[in-house]
This record gives sequence, C-alpha cells and structure tokens, in this order.
Amino acid sequence: MQSHFDLFGLPPAFALEKDRLEAAYREIQSRVHPDRFASAGDAERRASLQWTTRVNEAFRILRNPVARGRHLLELHGVDVAFETNTAMPPDFLMEQMELREALEEAKEKKSFDALERLKGDLRDRKAALEKQIARAIDDKKDYAGAAELVRKLMFLDKLDEEIDLAYEEVD
Amino acid sequence: MSLLQISEPGQSPAPHERRLAVGIDLGTTNSLVATVRSGVATVLPDALGRPLLPSIVRYLPGGKIEVGYPAQARQAEDPKNTVASVKRFMGRGLKDVAHVESAPYDFIDAPGMVQIRTAAGVKSPVEISAEILRVLRERAELSLQGTLTGAVITVPAYFDDAQRQATKDAGKLAGLNVLRLLNEPTAAAIAYGLENAAEGVYAVYDLGGGTFDLSILRLSKGVFEVVATSGDSMLGGDDFDQRVFCWAVEQAKLAPLGPRDMRLLQVKSREAKEHLTAHGEAPITARLSSGEFVDLSIDTETFCRITQTLVQKTLAPTRKALRDAGLTPEQVKGVVMVGGATRMPQIQRAVAEFFRRDPLNNLDPDKVVALGAAMQADVLAGNKPQGEDWLLLDVIPLSLGIETMGGLTEKILPRNTTIPAARAQEFTTFKDGQTGMSFHVVQGERELVADCRSLARFELKGIPPMAAGAARVRVTFQVDADGLLSVSAREASTGAEAAISVKPSYGLADADVERMLRDSFQHAKDDVHARALAEQRVEGQRLLEATRSALQADGALLASEERASIDKAMAELEGLLSGMDHRAIKRAVEALNRATGDFAARRMDEGIRRALAGRRIGSL
Repeated sequence: MQSHFDLFGLPPAFALEKDRLEAAYREIQSRVHPDRFASAGDAERRASLQWTTRVNEAFRILRNPVARGRHLLELHGVDVAFETNTAMPPDFLMEQMELREALEEAKEKKSFDALERLKGDLRDRKAALEKQIARAIDDKKDYAGAAELVRKLMFLDKLDEEIDLAYEEVD
Repeated sequence: MSLLQISEPGQSPAPHERRLAVGIDLGTTNSLVATVRSGVATVLPDALGRPLLPSIVRYLPGGKIEVGYPAQARQAEDPKNTVASVKRFMGRGLKDVAHVESAPYDFIDAPGMVQIRTAAGVKSPVEISAEILRVLRERAELSLQGTLTGAVITVPAYFDDAQRQATKDAGKLAGLNVLRLLNEPTAAAIAYGLENAAEGVYAVYDLGGGTFDLSILRLSKGVFEVVATSGDSMLGGDDFDQRVFCWAVEQAKLAPLGPRDMRLLQVKSREAKEHLTAHGEAPITARLSSGEFVDLSIDTETFCRITQTLVQKTLAPTRKALRDAGLTPEQVKGVVMVGGATRMPQIQRAVAEFFRRDPLNNLDPDKVVALGAAMQADVLAGNKPQGEDWLLLDVIPLSLGIETMGGLTEKILPRNTTIPAARAQEFTTFKDGQTGMSFHVVQGERELVADCRSLARFELKGIPPMAAGAARVRVTFQVDADGLLSVSAREASTGAEAAISVKPSYGLADADVERMLRDSFQHAKDDVHARALAEQRVEGQRLLEATRSALQADGALLASEERASIDKAMAELEGLLSGMDHRAIKRAVEALNRATGDFAARRMDEGIRRALAGRRIGSL
C-alpha cells in the first residue's frame, strides 16, 4: 500500500509538521493541478485530474487527525475497525452521554453561549486525545492501544458535527 | 504547455503567440466580458462604449433576437417574449423557481429544467443564456480581432451541479471553449488579491442580482485557497426589488396586474431601490394600462424595514461559512464586497457590524468578477510564465451523496471538499440473486433525500446472481476542476465488471448541444463549416504546440519507437491543418492525443518527482 506520507515526502508519524505538509502539497499541486493543463491535450488533462484528485485525497487524510491515525495504523497492519468495534470503556461512554445531554439542553434553550462552551470544551478534549495518540503511535509503538484512542477521537468528531448542526438550528 | 513553463523557466509564449482568452461574468442582471491586455485586465465595452450587457433576451416573431439594451428597452412593452434574470431558471424545475407568480412568462414545466414559450418558439434557459454569451463572444472577437482560444465563465459558488452543468452547456452552445467554470467570489478574490498584494484570510460577500455567496479564502503568495463557502442560490438584489414592488402594490391598493403592468412596476421598483442608495427618498410613478396612475414615494426607513429580513438572511450563511472554516469574524482580515446589490447602505452597515470592520469597496463591485475571470483565463490559456502565475484551490459548495434505504442520504463527498476530488463507497445487494441495483444521486446537506436536490438516477445491470450481501458494488464520485460531478458504479467481487457514467439529469446530452448549436448557427446565418474549421485549427495548433514543448522538455522519457509514433501523429495533424476538412483535423487531434497518453502520465510522475527533489525522496 502506497503511504500518503511518502507522497509528500514526510516521515510516517502521527505528530505532524503542518507547515511542511502544506508546503509539499502546494509544491506538488503547482505542478499537477488541472489549471496548469487547461490548454493541454486530453491525455495530459486526464493524468492531471487523476494526480490532483489523489494528492487532494492524501492531503485531506493527513490533515484530519482521525483519518491520519487510521491510515497510519493501517500501515502498521492494525485495523481501526470503526464499523465493527463499537465496544468502548464504560467511563468514556458515560462521558459521551453527558456531553450529548448538554448538547440537547443547549439546543432546547437555543443558547449560542452554551454551544460555544461545549465547542470549546470539545476542542480541549480533542487536543488532549491527539497528544495521547501521538505518544502511543510515535513513541510507544502501541498500535492496538492507539486504535482505541482513534476510535474515541472519532466519537468526539461526530459530536462536533452535531454541534455544528445545532448551531444551524439555533441560527 | 504549462508543465514545461513550470519546470523550465523562460519559455513563456512569445507575444505574437498570445492566446486570446476572456473571462465572462454571466450575471442575473448584467453580464460582462473582460480580457488581459498588456498585463492589465480590462472590461471590453460594446461599440457604444458601454461595459455592461443587460442579461435580457427578447424573441421576436420570425426568429429575430435582441439581447441587452434593445431588449431592456422593450421589456415593459413585450414582457412575455423578453426574458430577464434567466440565470434564476438555470438547472431549475418550475417548482424551484421563486416568485413564479410575478414572472410574466409562459412557463412550461419540462422534465429537468423549466422552459419558456416565446414568439420564436419554446426556449430553455440554456439557450437563452447562450444568446447572451454569444453576444459577448462576438464583442470580444471583434475587439481582439481573432478567434478565442477559450473562456472562463463565472458561476455563483453556491450553484449546484445542475446549475453548473447548464452554464457549461450554454457556453458550448454559444461556440465557446469553456476553459473553466470559476466561482464568482473566487474570481473577485483573485482580482482583489492581485491588485492589493493581499495576504491572510479574507471573506468575499457577494450579493448578485439573484444569488448570494459568502466565501472565506486564505490568500498567500501565489495561492488562493477557498477554505469554506456558503450561500443561498435563491436570494439576491432582485428580491429587494420584489419587496419594493409588493409594498407599492399594497400601498396603491392595486388589483392583480397583467404582465405588462407588472413588469412596468417592477422596473420602477428597481429604479427606486437604486435611487435610495444615494438619496433619502425615491419616487415610484407609473401609468398603468387601465389608465390608473400610481404615484408613491418610498423613504430609506421604509425600505430598510421591508428588506430587513433579506439582509438578515445573508448573515446565516456567513456564520455557517465561518464555522466551517473554524474562524471567528475577528480573524478575517478584510471583507471584499461584490455585486451591485452590495451598494445598498443597509447591506454595508450589516456587514460592517458583523465583521466589526468596514468592508472593502475599492474595486467596482459590478466589474470585479469579470476582471478576476479574465486574469484566470489568461493563466489557463498558458499566457503567464512561471513565477507570475498562481494556484487556485476551490471547493464543492454542497455535499454530494447517494440515497440509501429509507430515503436517507449517505454523504460521499462532504461540502467544502477541495476539488478535483474523488471518493468511493461500497454498496451491496439486499436480495438473493439480485442482478441490478438502482442509484439515486443527490446534493445537499439534509438527512432526508426529499430535502436534497436530485441530480441523477441510474441503474447498474449485469451483476452476477449471488447471495444477498455478497456482491460488492463500488460507487465512485468524481468532481472535476469545474465542480462538475460524474458517477460510476462497478461490481467487482466476481471479476465481472459493469461500469456506467452518469451526467446529472439536468445536463443536456452532447447530441442535444450539437443540435441546438446547428439550429442556432443556421438561424444566425453563420457559416457552420467555417466556424468548425476555425475551431479545429485552433485546437490542432494548440495541441501541436503543447506536444512540441512537452517533447523538448521531457523527450528523454520516451523510447525511440514511442517517439516515432508521436512524431508520425504530429506530422499527420500538421499536414491536415492547412486543409479544409475539419472532421479530418478532429480525427488527427484525437489520434495525437491517444499517441501521447502514456507520455503524459509519465511526465506527470516526473513532475511530482521534481517537486519532491530536495525534500526527502519518497517511495514514488
């Protein structure tokens, strides 16, 4: 399997040098983007479309912590199993339920401030979790343990999306 | 060829080889065409020096067509045959059109897209838009004295796939080589950004005649990156006119109006709105066909009150775009105002209040989109040498997905995904022995399919019979650089494959476009053959040039027999170029494209290798 890290010439690690990724992305895009081939022949336009699509997808995966974690674990032969493994520790599930209750309450009260607080709280939790994932994968090479952390992060991402939807309802 | 220019500086085309390319702002109210001349983007005026072309088309019995000012002058007199704001109908069914009741047209609810019955027959919005584009093309070709290599046409960022497809079809129908569909706010950002050497995060607030877009862009040296886009494709300056119109009808206690009076009063309402931008009060006077005289006056306060909800309606998408971008209003360095409707003082005030800074008004809001489109056309045509060009990274405005069991939407490509993009999803059969599957492609953010826009339906047949759940059907969504979608499905578990490509149902089939093109040329007494020949020659010349540059730069990548077959295809094309057979030229162009297919792919790989040279060399 071709690693998305290789595509951008980056080391395969969860901790990411964002600037380096962006610089490499732009460098490659400036060479393969369809805008460079608008006047070229069909063959080159097709090749450009395929490459740019691939580069965009790789960039999206590396920029998104859940997708990056999943990709990295797959490179190490570990399946994160989002779809099949939904068994989470009870304390985590409890915490999730509380957060969701807080969201429902904010929605009912149509409270912007409550949503803002929830969003801020979630941001901190996600940042802490990302640090843990970096330690598990990059330092401890504990891929099985990291898989559970990535699943947790995915739960938080879903909640984040629901908060965004709630903003629209309140708006 | 652009790749060459990037890898080997100093190879930009000599001035005499400059390709003629234009940017076109196909607006709801007015349209413009602009080009880059001696490095400066300028709007091309008509013979009388007028830069704007009112987006109004009048059909006369006998087939004569008036476009722009002449049509505008007759709209109150001949409302049924004079189509204004046709952009509102692009890619739209009758039920989607706002204010149908106050539009004076004879609508026909055709499948896919609404049509209008005129004195010259039934016309689709695509054909009507093509008339506007044709006038702009002729204006440009006259002014630049040559056949255009290509054009960039702008669309509202919030246009969905059907509306984009319809716009591209209109371009083709007008005889334009559409280099790219470009989002209007992005075009404005290019014009603004280059003019002011802007760096940082900017918002573009674009209130056109019929659409509202809010885009957030990150501008950094040579890169325009759209971070998020949001909007309302059914909200624009026209709605403000409509509010004034309804107010006037109510104040004057008028009985339901006929098409002529309705149009007359609408025109007067628009004039009053424009007058209020610089004055505290505006008159609305009109003599109706009944002889009744309407004599009203509207003041700024009333105008603000009756349009307040419209102003508020623009702020919800603004908040949404900021949320999607993960930014607060304070983090936005400047707000670029686009569209004539942003001249209204209440809009200026609302935007200033929301972003806590005065909006940027130093570019003409009517022209900025066309100018940006012209600059992008210049780059796409390959007129810019390395170092002077820029990279544009745009996104899809609305999520694309597929209907699953229970009428729910499964999002495959979420909104604000950078384009071009592709994503695949696997589906399976739910009945034993099932040999076909049907797919429904939708666009929108809502959970329920019924609340999203239906783009296309297609069926995959020939799945080998197996147990339920055993088939593996991979559905792939591909969005190209124009933001246009194609979908394919493939069953792969048994090695038996079936694939299908769909074009959204609102898009015209290529054969339709060809037929309309033929009809319209016959109509205009244009010489179809001469046009086709000119186009094929431009195309052939372009491809030869591109191939030559490619060979010069990367000829070393080819084995000698590969080189020989490319040389042969080039010689054949070259020999035919001076001939009169446009079909033969077309075939030779296709043959050369085929001969260079592998070479193109190899050059692209090489480009990436070079991009990464100096960085860590990966396992490419």
